[in-house]
Amino acid sequence: MSEPEPTTATQRPSCSALFLGFLGLGLTSFGGALPLARRALVERRRWLGEEEFTELLGLCQFLPGGNIINLSVAVGARFQGVAGALAALLGLVAGPTAIVIGLGVIYERFHDDPHIRHLFAGLAAAAAGLMVSMALKMARPLRGQPVAIGVALLAFVALGMLQLPLLGVMLVLTPLSVLIAAGRRR
Amino acid sequence: MSETLFALAVIFTQLSLLAFGGGNTVLPEMQRQVVDVHHWMSAADFGALFALARAAPGPNMMVVPLIGWHVAGWSGMLVASLAKFIPSSLLTLFVLHLWQRFKDHPWRRHVQAGLLPVTIGLVAASALLLVQATATSWLLFVIALLVALFDVFTRVHPLWLLAAGALAGLLLGSG
Repeated sequence: MSEPEPTTATQRPSCSALFLGFLGLGLTSFGGALPLARRALVERRRWLGEEEFTELLGLCQFLPGGNIINLSVAVGARFQGVAGALAALLGLVAGPTAIVIGLGVIYERFHDDPHIRHLFAGLAAAAAGLMVSMALKMARPLRGQPVAIGVALLAFVALGMLQLPLLGVMLVLTPLSVLIAAGRRR
Repeated sequence: MSETLFALAVIFTQLSLLAFGGGNTVLPEMQRQVVDVHHWMSAADFGALFALARAAPGPNMMVVPLIGWHVAGWSGMLVASLAKFIPSSLLTLFVLHLWQRFKDHPWRRHVQAGLLPVTIGLVAASALLLVQATATSWLLFVIALLVALFDVFTRVHPLWLLAAGALAGLLLGSG
């Protein structure tokens, strides 16, 4: 790749490093992997700069499939091509698949236990809280850009409050936002 | 048996390519196929499997291998997983390739700049929907709020925050 190395990323992981990195992410990301992915990829391993993360995530969200699944493919491919994509994807889903099947096997034993239900309710609420903080962290770079903040708010209201269909919202808002961005920079 | 595997492959390939905005958008369609069309399980079973998958770590689509396993054992798990994860991944690779190829075009920067606020709005919307779905009592709402605040203002590892939330739910009876 001719692109200059991103200044914040300090290493170029191998296929096995990608597999192990995403294996660890898959095994530790309770309640949705996205907030932990940002922390692992940007803050801890520094495979991606903050802007790169948001850029790749933006692409991945526009495509079908789980965001974090696509993100693993994108990150793997960025460093090691198709092999890296496969390594990252396999690493991400291998651990959770084993765990989820294990849970399925023992599920019958205690699914009526209220303690377990309370435990899961607390876990799910905490996971929701992590999603909120991730949105707040991602929104920081928008400071001082009223138009971009407006677009973000519009997307938030359309999807979060009005719960309009995602595909339609993105097909309307994204071209609009791109045109605004193009106009502003001209 | 091979008919079941074929049906699993067809269903999850479709869902893979239709899942715009992450996995949760196709859950209603997944349930319709698995419960109403193919009668592989009851709606209650489907809900139980989904809750189970949410309690496990990893991407939020781990309900897919679980459904495959429930319906057709190990081969079902393999077929459902491949059908769900591979088509969208190939598409991602393809689009990423285009994205890299055109990286010096000015419109790529505009697309990038334009995608940014939409992406942020989408994550914020997901956060709102998650809070609405999970913070069903005052206690659970406070758990979500405290976790969000701690994660923004401290560097406590998220796993500790999740464990604390689960413990609080267990000890206080989730309201």
